[in-house]
Amino acid sequence: MSATTPDAFETPVTSRSERVRKALVGTAPIFIVLFILLALIAIENPNFLEPPGFLAFLKRAAPLAILAAGQYFVIVSGEFDLSVGSIVTVVVVVAARLIDDDPSKTWPIIALLLAIGATVGVTNGLITTRLKVPSFITTLGMLLILSGAVFWWTGGAPRGALPDNFREIGRLGIQDFPVLEQLPWSVVILLVIGIGAILLMRASFGRRLMAVGDNESAARLSGVKVENMRTIAFVLSGLSAAVAGILLGGFAGVSAQVGQGLEFQAITAVVLGGVVLGGGRGTVLAAMAGALTLEALFTLLNLYGVSGALEDTVQGIIIIAAVAFASYRLRGAR
Amino acid sequence: MSVSEPTKAAGTGGGDAPATPRRRSAWDDRKEAITNSPATPVYAALLGVFIIAWIVVTIDGGTFLTVSNIVNMLQRSVALGIVSAGQTVAILAGSLDLSVAFLISLSSLVTAEVMDGSDANIVPAVLAVLALGVVVGLGNGLIITKLRVNAFIATLGTALILQGLIQNRYDGPAGSIGEGFEQLGYTRFGIIPASVFLLVAVVALVYFLLRWTRFGFRLYAVGGDEEVSRLSGVRTHRVIIAAHVVCSVCAAITGLFLASRLGAGTPTVGTDGGYDLESIAAVVLGGTALAGGRGGVLGTIGGVFILAVLDNTFNQLEVNAFLKDVVRGVIIIAAVAVYARRSERRA
Amino acid sequence: MAPLLAMKDIRKSFLGVEVLHGVSLECEAGEIHAVMGENGAGKSTLMKVLAGVYSPDGGTIELEGEQVSFSHPVQAQGAGVAIIFQEFNLLPDRTVAENVFVNREPTKRGLVDIRSMEQHTRELLEEVGVTHFGPRTLVRHLSTAQQQIVEIVKALSLDAKLLVLDEPTAALAEHEVEVLFALLRRLRERGLGMVYISHRLREIFTICDKITVLKDGELVGTVPTEGTDTNTLISMMVGRELDGYFPPRGTAEELGDVRLRATGIETSMLTGVDIEVRAGEIVGLAGLQGSGRTELARALFGADPISAGTIEVDGKKRGRGPRAGIGSGMGFITEDRKLEGLTLAQPIRDNVLLAVRSLGRSQRKRLPNTVSVQELARSVELKARSLEQEARFLSGGNQQKVVLAKWLATQPGVLIFDEPTRGVDVGAKAGIHDLMRGLARDGVAILMISSEMPELIGLADRILVMRNGELAGELPAGAAETEIMKLAAAEDHELEAA
Repeated sequence: MSATTPDAFETPVTSRSERVRKALVGTAPIFIVLFILLALIAIENPNFLEPPGFLAFLKRAAPLAILAAGQYFVIVSGEFDLSVGSIVTVVVVVAARLIDDDPSKTWPIIALLLAIGATVGVTNGLITTRLKVPSFITTLGMLLILSGAVFWWTGGAPRGALPDNFREIGRLGIQDFPVLEQLPWSVVILLVIGIGAILLMRASFGRRLMAVGDNESAARLSGVKVENMRTIAFVLSGLSAAVAGILLGGFAGVSAQVGQGLEFQAITAVVLGGVVLGGGRGTVLAAMAGALTLEALFTLLNLYGVSGALEDTVQGIIIIAAVAFASYRLRGAR
Repeated sequence: MSVSEPTKAAGTGGGDAPATPRRRSAWDDRKEAITNSPATPVYAALLGVFIIAWIVVTIDGGTFLTVSNIVNMLQRSVALGIVSAGQTVAILAGSLDLSVAFLISLSSLVTAEVMDGSDANIVPAVLAVLALGVVVGLGNGLIITKLRVNAFIATLGTALILQGLIQNRYDGPAGSIGEGFEQLGYTRFGIIPASVFLLVAVVALVYFLLRWTRFGFRLYAVGGDEEVSRLSGVRTHRVIIAAHVVCSVCAAITGLFLASRLGAGTPTVGTDGGYDLESIAAVVLGGTALAGGRGGVLGTIGGVFILAVLDNTFNQLEVNAFLKDVVRGVIIIAAVAVYARRSERRA
Repeated sequence: MAPLLAMKDIRKSFLGVEVLHGVSLECEAGEIHAVMGENGAGKSTLMKVLAGVYSPDGGTIELEGEQVSFSHPVQAQGAGVAIIFQEFNLLPDRTVAENVFVNREPTKRGLVDIRSMEQHTRELLEEVGVTHFGPRTLVRHLSTAQQQIVEIVKALSLDAKLLVLDEPTAALAEHEVEVLFALLRRLRERGLGMVYISHRLREIFTICDKITVLKDGELVGTVPTEGTDTNTLISMMVGRELDGYFPPRGTAEELGDVRLRATGIETSMLTGVDIEVRAGEIVGLAGLQGSGRTELARALFGADPISAGTIEVDGKKRGRGPRAGIGSGMGFITEDRKLEGLTLAQPIRDNVLLAVRSLGRSQRKRLPNTVSVQELARSVELKARSLEQEARFLSGGNQQKVVLAKWLATQPGVLIFDEPTRGVDVGAKAGIHDLMRGLARDGVAILMISSEMPELIGLADRILVMRNGELAGELPAGAAETEIMKLAAAEDHELEAA
């Protein structure tokens, strides 16, 4: 007998549909907001409904969505990563200088860039978990170190140039793709990373990572290697920042400001997707949808002509409202 | 289970406790206050950094230990010192404020716009800027306590709102300040710049608030353990809101000061200085726990001075400006790692 | 003259179940009044009613003849009632003086008068005979006993007339207890009334003037300490109905090899503990709070390090840490499942799979390739809407079953239960007891810590009793409550006397 769940089944059943339903309920609010924004964009700009128009939007949003996926792993484990923006800058500046317009160097250097992202992640993770420095400070220090180091190395301003085969990753795509005309590489990469992240979160690793963010001591007593899990989360975040940097290098070109503020945008996107700071709640799909929503918001404000000016104000209000709504809902559920 | 493990420092088996119980003297209390103070290791570190900098610069053929150089370092600490003093209060409450950089920019603009080149408008300008600080602080505090938005997101949101307001109206320097007000940035009393007095005044005020008012005592209580404070009858929301008001007012004062230095309001003055993250770094470098409840404004100023000495040394050695950031990042992480070890050992 | 405190006919129900059936308690000024009773007797509920944490459904509370009712602990404090819970309400990073005067800082001309605050604290500290720390000492530098003194000083600074101490000696060492008692005697001379909640007979006989015994939410009686002996007291407390049903015990044939063997376990709280648990048996571990039961469980599982001794599972020495414990076939159902057992925001499925997912490749070899969560849920008779339901929405009993299923997924040889039915409703209790017996029958060695006498007596095959971090003795299945109480609560010389 059980007094508190009167409608209980004798034995709980497992069902795929239940799982899908739960996933939908969890991510529904952000997708509703996203669809409303997309619809508003489409009203202003009917071209948006055509595949090229929509794909252009996805292409623009891909770097932020990838960053959000990486940031999600760190946030869901109960930490922060403020270093991702500076990783993006490092990636772009290092690529430009080392490749220096020599197409043959592109692929080896891309491997190096990914290695840089992973190394930064490992360092963040080890400092946070082993030296017990709060991740806010660890990654803030890392931000200073990376942005300082890369310009110290290049002498202040980005040097060199990116060859076309590097830039194509962010700009071009598979030509003559059926129906879509052109399928941008960045959208392909976004899809691959998105699906990979979803699968990873559904696998054992993801479930343990959630457990670490939800209740560290319960996870530890169940045998989870808490420190290792968090370190891996930082590595995933570093890697995703490197990928985002490679895309942005092609898309936006070489500049010293390319990564500035991206860490806050990524955290905003994740939180907008309903992921709770402190860990243990929220889905990676919703986090990436949060990034698309943010990008859609920028696009819409652009179309409305509030460009650059009040865009930030609106963004700020929406973030606060979204989190206030989420915390209200969380309390209501208790 | 007990709340905390007994330590050796106090009680019967303690290393430095006398074998036979002895009456405590006032000196024991004082000694205890000094060793307990989180500012003590900060100033030890400052002294160490100072001596090393002196030696290195001297060997390099520069001048370090001169009055003018030290005054120079002090003057360069003013802006960061004032914001960080306010940030200390927010962090002590267990919160933090990422909106200070934009508030500084906006305050500098409001100062210059209201003053409009005339000294007659100094009072209205100052009042307007202080009011702006109060409003922003109230907003932050209310969003955090009443809407229960995480302080990180709340103040990040406020930062974006302020940024939008600034960019909507200004795309370059605006307004101008009166000649009289410019004195704040450039006059010297003897060899001491007036701005250093401003820093001292703000720090003294914050120190006074923390040390001698009920607000200060409750601030530490709330930052240390919000639940215990609530059970003891502390109205925790009020304390957190007040902490944010103090923090924002300090940022507004920084805006006033920077306007007087630059002669006009500048939309990017706060972000160019990176005052949001720099102030948090200075507070943490000053031994205040990011989780709240432990630390103080004197430690923060020690942290600001450490950064200033490093800055000055690198300038004199003509080290690449970007290398400074690298070293700064390493020092912040290393300092917090050391503090984490210290508190682990003592807890 | 009216007594200092008179609680009359207090009733309190939770969710329609009455837990206090009209309890009365009187305490005079200058009196130390013990309140005794087993777990679930209603002591802490009664004290929470007094403190204003709960409001009573019936009855009255009078202080010095005046009827009072509190809705917040701060109100009770204001009226002179101070309660010192086992979890102290202190701020570790603040000084003693700041803690004593939190939210009541004295002011002079609007500023906090630190001098008078410290002076006042110093006087109070001297009054209670403390010279080892001063008003400026940080609380984090104090021992548990010293922190308790700070709480008492805080109560004194509030001009408390009535002090309630909840198991004050549970976390104290022998010599610290003496210091506390000296202090309590001095306070008694000053005319304070004190309610002293404890199980330790020797302490109660040493320090208390009167004793009130509660049982199952009812008042058994109040007796003066003088003229009362251990046996009388124990007989007042025991005799609780073995509520409900317990599964039949194991038989001798079901007893298998030793699966858990620990020898000479030492930690800061334990001295030389030897323990053996065989396949097929449920060993009960009894003892008062602070006797080292939970510490032993944590040490065995590997949650806390041991300074000496060996732990073997199925004849093999186990490594350090929880992971090695799990790998060797151990599982640990903690006392507080919300803090240490469950990830509350995650679905049942993920909670059940958490431990098995974190096993290493080599540790996993002994397990089958697939784990059916549904199968596990059925075997623990979990009731939930679906396996995707978040753990936080389950009842206490079902939450406990989720924790149990988590360990069953690793097919453990040894299970340690710390208070297996705490916070579980009566119906679900029997279910969990059945499950435990069933597991034992399947060859699992079970060590069960419990404060519930019926549970120990009704379920365990033998009962080990702990006292002061040591094993005080062993009793056979179905041992009388009196015997357990004596071993756990009384000191050796008293046993001889009794």
